[in-house]
Amino acid sequence: MAEDKPWALISEIGDQGFVEEVSDILKCHFHIICLKDFLQNPQLHGPKIQALLLWSAKPAPVPSLLSLLPSLKVVANGGVGIDHINVPYVTGLGVKVTNTPAVVSDATADMAMGLLLASARRIVEGHQISIDPKMTNIPQNLLGAEVTGSVLGIIGMGHIGYKIAQRSKGFDMKILYHNRNRRSVEDEQAVGARYCENMDELLKESDFVVLVVDLTPESTGLISHRQLSLMKPTATLVNVSRGLVVDQDALVKALQSGTIRAAALDVTYPEPLPRDHPLLSLPNVLITPHIGTNTHTTVRRIVEKMVENAVAAVKGLPIPNECKPR
Amino acid sequence: MRCLTYARCMGKLWFPAAQSSRLLKLSNLHRCELQRQYIKVMAEDKPWALISEIGDQGFVEEVSDILKCHFHIICLKDFLQNPQLHGPKIQALLLWSAKPAPVPSLLSLLPSLKVVANGGVGIDHINVPYVTGLGVKVTNTPAVVSDATADMAMGLLLASARRIVEGHQISIDPKMTNIPQNLLGAEVTGSVLGIIGMGHIGYKIAQRSKGFDMKILYHNRNRRSVEDEQAVGARYCENMDELLKESDFVVLVVDLTPESTGLISHRQLSLMKPTATLVNVSRGLVVDQDALVKALQSGTIRAAALDVTYPEPLPRDHPLLSLPNVLITPHIGTNTHTTVRRIVEKMVENAVAAVKGLPIPNECKPR
Repeated sequence: MAEDKPWALISEIGDQGFVEEVSDILKCHFHIICLKDFLQNPQLHGPKIQALLLWSAKPAPVPSLLSLLPSLKVVANGGVGIDHINVPYVTGLGVKVTNTPAVVSDATADMAMGLLLASARRIVEGHQISIDPKMTNIPQNLLGAEVTGSVLGIIGMGHIGYKIAQRSKGFDMKILYHNRNRRSVEDEQAVGARYCENMDELLKESDFVVLVVDLTPESTGLISHRQLSLMKPTATLVNVSRGLVVDQDALVKALQSGTIRAAALDVTYPEPLPRDHPLLSLPNVLITPHIGTNTHTTVRRIVEKMVENAVAAVKGLPIPNECKPR
Repeated sequence: MRCLTYARCMGKLWFPAAQSSRLLKLSNLHRCELQRQYIKVMAEDKPWALISEIGDQGFVEEVSDILKCHFHIICLKDFLQNPQLHGPKIQALLLWSAKPAPVPSLLSLLPSLKVVANGGVGIDHINVPYVTGLGVKVTNTPAVVSDATADMAMGLLLASARRIVEGHQISIDPKMTNIPQNLLGAEVTGSVLGIIGMGHIGYKIAQRSKGFDMKILYHNRNRRSVEDEQAVGARYCENMDELLKESDFVVLVVDLTPESTGLISHRQLSLMKPTATLVNVSRGLVVDQDALVKALQSGTIRAAALDVTYPEPLPRDHPLLSLPNVLITPHIGTNTHTTVRRIVEKMVENAVAAVKGLPIPNECKPR
């Protein structure tokens, strides 16, 4: 039975790769070899490998690796963002590229809302004060920003962005959005969202700005000095897209000078940030280590979808989520 | 302005031939005195109120204007310098964070007291029969606290479920070199939310969680209308045990009464799923804290997120402070600039009405 299973290369099973609890899904459909073992004898292992299964952008699908994989049929990503894959290059080798849209959306939207609320209501600070061995009196001056009834500006109203709109409607937030394309009137009315063709208008009016775009040449550095200066000094920036969508140096200056109130970032560039990076020590920054899809349920669903795509590609069958060059 | 006009008037009367420079000098000399008299005349209309303090342990500075607009304010420390002198003036006791405590040793010093006005909706710290028995009104501030508290409950739920505090600590840890892939949390979308206490705040929590496609169960002293239930897709659980067994997230949104004290203890925690999270935005005493500690240590439940404890703050050696699966915030459920201001406005409105003997918007009567 085992002889029927194709071989797949991964980074590892463990805290730096696919978590142990999903390894059964991988092993059900593939013989798995991890990068460390592969590199012991690439000449031996290379020709067997038909699938490269990426988690957290690893192993990097670059020429120095792909040249060792003459039988490769597919680079299958776990997750929807594929900015780390040179799609024209990979497909130019005759190798399919796949990702996992849709299945990531709920968890990422939940994360965006969690970051927004945690930042607005100063939950991390509150916890630190509460457990501080030296704290003797509850402070009355730990005040945050009102979420209910505030203005939410969503930059990137795709599958994830729209789910953020659905969630924030329950908080009576007024929703503005900016997108490459305007959504249908029904979609807008269902969440009470107003389209801002000009992103500047959204930036000026929002109390919370949430970035939910994919990283492309057009969205790189989308939020820089000028955009931050348009925002309210009481506004919060939330980023669940990619670190490079934000000009981080501009963000540091804006946070230090009070140009904006605070930032909550699930993504940075690089990940992790260098340990001496100013973002790590600013009091008005909340950073999480790219855990936007990190629930037991969603990680499992992502891996199932990734494997489904990879199996289809290896078998030459129609691929559910194929990524083609633009 | 009025002082200067008054000065000019007085100047003309006393020194009809005064030159402008002498008038100016006269104005400067008398401005302080005239201002003092002016303010005194206006001020005599304002009643006196006793508070704990203005500052980080009492009413924050940014709301002091609201207090001073309607009352002469004396803080407890100054009051206690000379209670015999100050006591008879005081008609209102304005409470923030349950202070100053409206207990006999204080109230006996306030013979003219008309009202104990609370900032906030919970009044478990006030012995209402005792205070009203003295002929003193008790007031609170319902409704105005609800949005911010519901937002806090959702924030605690999400922060706990998605391990945001841990994530931040890892992200800023000077020793962190690689992003861990094993910081996994609980799925919120589509999960089951059990709301214990579906009053004004509880219902707003239901409205918020609907946007996350959560299935909502609720337990309440009284069932809500069918329309209310359908609007948020909530199912009534007459038996709280049923709610405890089925919920992924249990949120406590009750007021503290003899009936709700220790509502969540060993038995209730043992009914909950081992993957479930307890969120408390009501009062610390609603939960048996020793039972909670054991449940968290043993994995009987996954985690707890508490904006309230008993006491506040917890003793520094309390086990809750060191459990990895506990998120604690220092009773900040209504702590936004906007909401704090609204609470103080409502509190003052109630107090002024009581002092003037007018109908009181939010009077609390003994049960």
